[in-house]
Amino acid sequence: MKKLAWAPLGAVALAIAAIAPAEAADQKSVAVTAIVEHPALDAVRDGVKAALKTEGFEEGKNLKWQYQSAQGNPGTAAQIARKFVGDKPDAIVAIATPSAQAVVAATKTVPVVFSAVTDPVAAKLVPSWEPSKNNVTGVSDLLALDKQMELVKKVVPNAKRVGMVYNPGEANSAVVVKELKELLPKMGMTLVEAAAPRSVDVSSAARSLVGKVDVIYTNTDNNVVSSYEALVKVGQDSKLPLVASDTDSVARGAVAAMGINYRDLGEQTGRMVARILKGEKPGDIKTEVSTKMELFVNPGAAEKQGIKLSDELVKSAAKVVQ
Amino acid sequence: MTLFSFLGAIEIGLIFALVALGVFISFRLLRFPDLTVDGSFPLGGAVCAVMITSGYSPIIATIGAALAGAVAGLITGWLNVKLKIMDLLASILMMIALYSVNLRIMGGPNVPLINDPTLFNQLQPSGMEDYVFRPLLLIVIVILAKLAMDWFFLTERGLAIRATGTNARMARAQGVNTGGMILLGMAVSNALVGLAGALFAQTQGGADSSMGIGTIVIGLAAVIVGESILPSRKLILATLAVVIGAIVYRFFIALALNSDFIGLKAQDLNLVTALLVTVALVIPQLKRKLSKKP
Repeated sequence: MKKLAWAPLGAVALAIAAIAPAEAADQKSVAVTAIVEHPALDAVRDGVKAALKTEGFEEGKNLKWQYQSAQGNPGTAAQIARKFVGDKPDAIVAIATPSAQAVVAATKTVPVVFSAVTDPVAAKLVPSWEPSKNNVTGVSDLLALDKQMELVKKVVPNAKRVGMVYNPGEANSAVVVKELKELLPKMGMTLVEAAAPRSVDVSSAARSLVGKVDVIYTNTDNNVVSSYEALVKVGQDSKLPLVASDTDSVARGAVAAMGINYRDLGEQTGRMVARILKGEKPGDIKTEVSTKMELFVNPGAAEKQGIKLSDELVKSAAKVVQ
Repeated sequence: MTLFSFLGAIEIGLIFALVALGVFISFRLLRFPDLTVDGSFPLGGAVCAVMITSGYSPIIATIGAALAGAVAGLITGWLNVKLKIMDLLASILMMIALYSVNLRIMGGPNVPLINDPTLFNQLQPSGMEDYVFRPLLLIVIVILAKLAMDWFFLTERGLAIRATGTNARMARAQGVNTGGMILLGMAVSNALVGLAGALFAQTQGGADSSMGIGTIVIGLAAVIVGESILPSRKLILATLAVVIGAIVYRFFIALALNSDFIGLKAQDLNLVTALLVTVALVIPQLKRKLSKKP
């Protein structure tokens, strides 16, 4: 018989032996996971940490903080969920839908606070927007779409056709498209979709909209946000104004955005986590949506994309990017 | 590592053992580089989740998922055998096509299965914790799949598939319909992957369009790690090695998840996993070298 190579089995033994160190009694622990690392999701994580510090929970003092990213792999997300539940932290923060579903499926007892999930009810994380009465609550990044579309009207007053580039494989984007199809006709506009299943498709999807639309609106689609520059190029070349829904994209070349700052969303999530650490039950806390929406404008980008922003709009902005 | 995380690694390892058995059939037995699995894994999840949410019993839904996987494999085989498209390219075409097909099946990118009936919560005996029961049921499923596979590849038809992979020209000379064997082998392989996708969706809270990313890498890693741990030309041992490989691979990830104590961060996870697997692959070679020297 051939010899077994024991080394990998040794690794298994080592993994079993890697036991988490014992915690001090007055120390709270928070475990954070995200499906993938990208600027908005990272901002949420950093916001959570900052808010916890403000609330008196500081890493290294009275807070044990751990963070794991699944690096885009759902098998790993599932395993991270299992690891966290086994660690029995005082709260698990799960960022984005797939990670949140994996964690919620893995535990009925450990408090779970999701964040940056657009429609937690459709994702079945919570039964309704009311307090769940179980171990789950969180903060949604659902955008007030009517406010977004009012902004589109202010930027391009005679807009009839609104183009949208998005990944049909992203749950958050599919929700937005569905709602826009109902909302836009009420405002005298129509939606023209362009699918970008991968980041590299964003540019060609945007080009397919040229001549068919008066303005391009983008939600917080991961593919679009990660390659926003490709969209800006098309906007400049073909004089199509871009309206974004995350304020970070304004500095990258969007004309305007009425959006959520993901750092603020993270801080809001962090305050919710702090309430749980202080003894409140997650089941008694209502699922929240972002409380803070800010208008960012970029007059320079507007000029390059062939329009001029009204003085009124520029004046009402929280931030004017030059 | 906690018991929960230990059992979690076994649970997910067992699900990916089915993927690895499927990949073993295509890569090792048929010598067909098959990337269809990145699409047939979420296909299985999608079919299963949609069937369960529309009221079918989880058992029927799971079987439906395996059949859907088989059809996906058949089409890849057909593209290769009948349309003469290169094997790797045929599987890539099928993989990208399945992405859209899965979105159509699910009617969107995500179908949650959090409070719905699943194979696991329906069969779970009262008084037993779910995190203990899930790996137990999976062990039974994986052992049954492995034994069925061992048996199948010793039948005349199974041997014909193996002969096709080893030497297609020789097989044809012996009167084997090699094209048909490729179709059959690919169907069996992707049926296992579809089954794994269905079980994954039922244990992880639902099906998601991003669920397939990297399936082929995990499947291949499991096959190769397994072969390195238990090298054997005997089919019964080779399939056992593949199952062990899938579970050991999950322990590498568990180890990587616990590696922050040596100053590694979350973003290093894939790198740490790759390094651990590399070490596992190199050690048997080193041992062989050392044992040859007097």
